[in-house]
Amino acid sequence: MEAFQYDFMQHALIAGLLASIICGIMGTLTIVNRLVFLSGGIAHAAYGGIGLSIFMGWPFLVGTIGFSIVTAILMAIIAMHNKERSDAIIGVIWASGMACGIILVDLTPGYQVDLMSYLFGSILTVPKTDLIIMGMIAVFICFFIILFYDSLLAISYDEEFARVRGVYVKSLYFSMIILLTLTIILVIQVVGLILVIALLTIPAYIMEKYAKSLFQMMIGAIVLGCLFSIVGLLLAFQFDISAGASIIMVSSTVFFMNTGFSKCT
Amino acid sequence: MTKEPILIEMKDVSFAYHQRVVLKNVNLSVHQRDYIAIIGPNGGGKTTLLKLILGLLKPDSGSIVVRGQTPQKASHIIGYVPQEIYHNQHFPISVLDIVQMGALSPKKHLFWHRNKNRKKALEILDQLNMSEYAKNSLRSLSGGQRQRVYIARALMTDPEFLLLDEPTTGIDSRGQIDFYHLLEELNYTLTIVMVSHDMMAISKHVKSVACVNRSVYYHEQSEISEVTIQNMYPNETGNECPIELIAHGMPHRVLQQHDH
Repeated sequence: MEAFQYDFMQHALIAGLLASIICGIMGTLTIVNRLVFLSGGIAHAAYGGIGLSIFMGWPFLVGTIGFSIVTAILMAIIAMHNKERSDAIIGVIWASGMACGIILVDLTPGYQVDLMSYLFGSILTVPKTDLIIMGMIAVFICFFIILFYDSLLAISYDEEFARVRGVYVKSLYFSMIILLTLTIILVIQVVGLILVIALLTIPAYIMEKYAKSLFQMMIGAIVLGCLFSIVGLLLAFQFDISAGASIIMVSSTVFFMNTGFSKCT
Repeated sequence: MTKEPILIEMKDVSFAYHQRVVLKNVNLSVHQRDYIAIIGPNGGGKTTLLKLILGLLKPDSGSIVVRGQTPQKASHIIGYVPQEIYHNQHFPISVLDIVQMGALSPKKHLFWHRNKNRKKALEILDQLNMSEYAKNSLRSLSGGQRQRVYIARALMTDPEFLLLDEPTTGIDSRGQIDFYHLLEELNYTLTIVMVSHDMMAISKHVKSVACVNRSVYYHEQSEISEVTIQNMYPNETGNECPIELIAHGMPHRVLQQHDH
């Protein structure tokens, strides 16, 4: 455990754990509502927001979050009204958002942005302020879930029944999408786009089979995410490899082992 | 025989999806303690009729009144048992969770009523002989048991009638018999409206039948008690249904002919 004596490793650990908590909760909702593809769309199209903020000289977080919420809601509306073809349309927004971002960065004189750090993040150089923002979001998401757990469960399980019972299905659905967008943007800052998708989907998906309730699935996904992050970070430190990729490899190894194991039994 | 008061009244209701008329000038009254089966071919408008009663859809013309109120306002007196949703088979949810979902309402936040709802959910499950499964995950239950769970959920608001959408889909014949027994018991206190495409297996306890195929034809109680060998299932041209019932002295009901 000597690895965690270093400041940067402690920060990386806290970032990983916070990301696991947020992603465990929102990932569970993503999996049961089949929003994985939409999350991918949000995460990639977000690059358009990054480009726009750089081009316009807006504060980075404000510009990106604003842009991403608009595209996320657009995609969610399309997905709601056009269930059969929504994947294709999300794919288009996914690609065009990213292309927009790259062109806007190109057009900004004297600016070079490292696309790699957007994709894979830089968990080893996370500043303290980012950790604080992530912590605040984690607390906020927990409160949201505690307050609206029953309604969220109902709209995820049986939207029509929820509507008959008078649950405000649409506003809850869009609140969920907005929270998902916030999660994705903040976690991208810290661990990169690829790791966000991995942390959102892998732990929750593994847990879905074993959990007896949505709550158990969330808790299980958080625990798994934390384990993956710790092991991944230790391996990265030990073998001097990229931390983000290392965490993803640990997660996907467990994922494939688990899938193989349940196929055999 | 004096009729019970009217619970659901549809007057001249028409509805079209994208200009395709699904229901036209439908008049239907459901009385209290009725046990009515809504039958008809696929695409004939059964589900639309059900969604109109639930208030999920609004009619293009005509009116629907549930106990003197709009369906939206009357939602607590409607116990809705939807069709089994296969795509959610893997959803991690316990029996108790599902039953408690029935208590949701926009005004009362469940968060504050969790204990009360839990107690009530357990009582209802007990009535339906399902209390031993309360903690189980839904995935571990049989089709018939799952259907009881959905009924328990519908009973959480103490409804006056149950609206069931093809409730016996995916239940084996033994389970169906048990299920119809349960509905018969519930019918002592509740009105039951059941949508079914499974015309062969309508419970003998059904008191009246409404055939839906763009329009609705209601077969009265007295009418269907007479067994006459006529056509059971109408099709669009008004010709006879290509299905014949063959039975050796088994009690079957045949409905009077009507135009659709």
